[in-house]
Amino acid sequence: MSKPKTPNGRRNFLKGAAVGAASFVAAPIVMAQQNPSSAPTVEVAGNEKPGSDFMVDVLKSLDMEYCAANPGSSFRGLQESFINYGGNKSPEWLTCCHEESSAAMAHGYAKIEGKPMMIMAHGTVGLQHASMAIYNAYADRVPMYIVLGNILDVNYRRGNAEWVHSVQDAASMVRDFIKWDDTPVTLGHFAESAVRAYKISMTPPYEPVILVADGTLQEEPVKEKNLRIPKLVMSAPPQGDSAAVVEAARLLVAAENPAIVAGRVARTQKGIELLVELAETLQATVKDQRMRMNFPSAHPLYGDPGQLPQSPNLSDFDVILGLEVQDFWGATHRQTPLNRFGMESTPTTRPGAKIISISAIELNHKSNYQDFGRYVEADLAITGDAEATLPALIEAVRKQLTGDRRRVMQDRGAKIAEAGRKWRQQHRETAGVGWDASPISTARLSAEVWAQVRNEDWSLVSFDRMQSSWPTRLWNFSKNYQYIGAQGGAGIGYGLPAAIGAALANRKHGRLTINIQNDGDLNYAPGVLWTAAHHKIPLLNIMHNNRAYHEERMYIQMFAAKFNRGVENGDIGTALNNPDINYASIAKGYGLYAEGPITDPTDLAPAIRRGIERVKAGEPVLLDVVTQPR
Amino acid sequence: MMKTAIVIFPFLAIAAVTLSQTKPGDVANGRRIFMRNGCYQCHGTVAQGGLAGPRLAQTKLTVAGFTAYVRNPAPGSMPPFRAKVMSDQELADVFAYVQSVPPPVAPANIPILNDDAR
Repeated sequence: MSKPKTPNGRRNFLKGAAVGAASFVAAPIVMAQQNPSSAPTVEVAGNEKPGSDFMVDVLKSLDMEYCAANPGSSFRGLQESFINYGGNKSPEWLTCCHEESSAAMAHGYAKIEGKPMMIMAHGTVGLQHASMAIYNAYADRVPMYIVLGNILDVNYRRGNAEWVHSVQDAASMVRDFIKWDDTPVTLGHFAESAVRAYKISMTPPYEPVILVADGTLQEEPVKEKNLRIPKLVMSAPPQGDSAAVVEAARLLVAAENPAIVAGRVARTQKGIELLVELAETLQATVKDQRMRMNFPSAHPLYGDPGQLPQSPNLSDFDVILGLEVQDFWGATHRQTPLNRFGMESTPTTRPGAKIISISAIELNHKSNYQDFGRYVEADLAITGDAEATLPALIEAVRKQLTGDRRRVMQDRGAKIAEAGRKWRQQHRETAGVGWDASPISTARLSAEVWAQVRNEDWSLVSFDRMQSSWPTRLWNFSKNYQYIGAQGGAGIGYGLPAAIGAALANRKHGRLTINIQNDGDLNYAPGVLWTAAHHKIPLLNIMHNNRAYHEERMYIQMFAAKFNRGVENGDIGTALNNPDINYASIAKGYGLYAEGPITDPTDLAPAIRRGIERVKAGEPVLLDVVTQPR
Repeated sequence: MMKTAIVIFPFLAIAAVTLSQTKPGDVANGRRIFMRNGCYQCHGTVAQGGLAGPRLAQTKLTVAGFTAYVRNPAPGSMPPFRAKVMSDQELADVFAYVQSVPPPVAPANIPILNDDAR
């Protein structure tokens, strides 16, 4: 590592400046004017390249499209190199108003594009801001490429701001919920670790990684010889053990009524097609937890999602195959509900039901954060990426099929399809209840949006649990970019920035991106609306404005009733009213086209139509719709 | 709903005695109570139901059954609302309100729900 050219001179200058500042502000300047020889030696860069230029070369080699950041002095050298030396392309700099927005944008982007976005932040205060969004990405198994600025060498910390922005071990704050990190001490080291970080992040299970860009390395001229950028070679995703896969196939083929529970299965469109192939080969019900776009929702084998697809009813099945399932134990057990005391749990599966799990997450378990869920007493547990394992499983199933089993499966498939026709009709009938209500029902909201986007190349980038899963129940999802699941870590504040990141990824494909936006979520960091306007990211935001942190309001009400204390105080600390928040005004202030608040359901369709026209012209739009709670 | 009816059956006799003292339900007051006590939070403002609570509009329950269920709900459903929180008369009013909600519009009469998209 190169050292300061004139450490003594620098220290003397700073000492003089400090004394001067304490006694008379203009003193150091006067002193310098009176005695030029006492001024520090200042080197003016000529043709020398700073280390940050080489870092840009390295990071460009990883072909990331964007870097989202709130500006910070600890990576000023790198930022300047990106926008000037790097031409502000691949990656292009995105101006964010909060590091949580940067990270959540990267989260949404990755789930559409299938690769990481880079974000940058201070190693201290910036990472502190970003940490919840990084946790969400970790729990959601999403790649993210995080570069932190930090000044490790005390000699280079200029003043208090750089001391309080410096840290011994920057990544330690989030190491429990990232996959890998490094703090390179030379540029050669930076190059190797940068390439390694990308490869690790993009090997299933996908997770965030951190690379610390030391401030001195960024800002001092390059002195190292023979610098090179290692070749990036991606790892093939891990597949399940072949003998275990054959055994899984045996259980599935012999089953009378198997179910496939899909968690975060499909990383690509190919993953969806493979899951369809497996389900059709077995004529098995697919219970989609809606953590990714796993399975076409109009497929005859799609199981009734109900209102809470994450908690499927599995009581009818004798073999249950879980593919990258989050909380598989929770999906197969019932616990004492909140309106009772104590805690007991009972299986919800039928006695003797066999449980098979295929998941890569067991390759990356950590101890502190408890996202791994309760221990699953599976009959067969296969460690491996589900999408990568599906071809072998399909082949093994086909090899074990007999004519008798095929006939049984065909009968089973016909019954599943008939049940599907019934539950779909039932959902339509339920949607009609409260159709004309004000506040507007979430069923009406979802149906009105669907009516206007169904013939477009659309992408819904919000999760729909808070709208009683109405889009899942009414829309026709088939492509991998049409649904991206939820936050992962259930950290609120994800929705708006993740939607904007996803819309950014959709932009070059010309897709119409829709975000049904929860009001509580928007208020964490609404400045990201400005980012969308500034960078011209087309996106139709439709507020699900129920004027509350509604889930928490229900909890408070439940406990108040449970303890017989009255329920009239449930709004304290949970309601977002008095005054009502005007989201259209907020959005307009950030430069968006906006309408609302919309309270009459008959006003909804024309507003959506106008919004879509604006989005198609390349703008972000916000429609504030006052809605029923769920 | 069938399971609900089975669960509440043992409570009906007790409820019937108490409810004999209540007046016919007042729809307007029922709506006020429904909103004030947060019933709408799970069931929706027109009792249409949703993720957290079932539809109550045009419930098939009697007022006695309705009251009995609210007092002693099934495990895993809503919290119990005792008389201290909602009197029998207030529950009768709420019952009148949820019964007064107009029937749902049939999907056949809603063009955007009556399609073959799925």
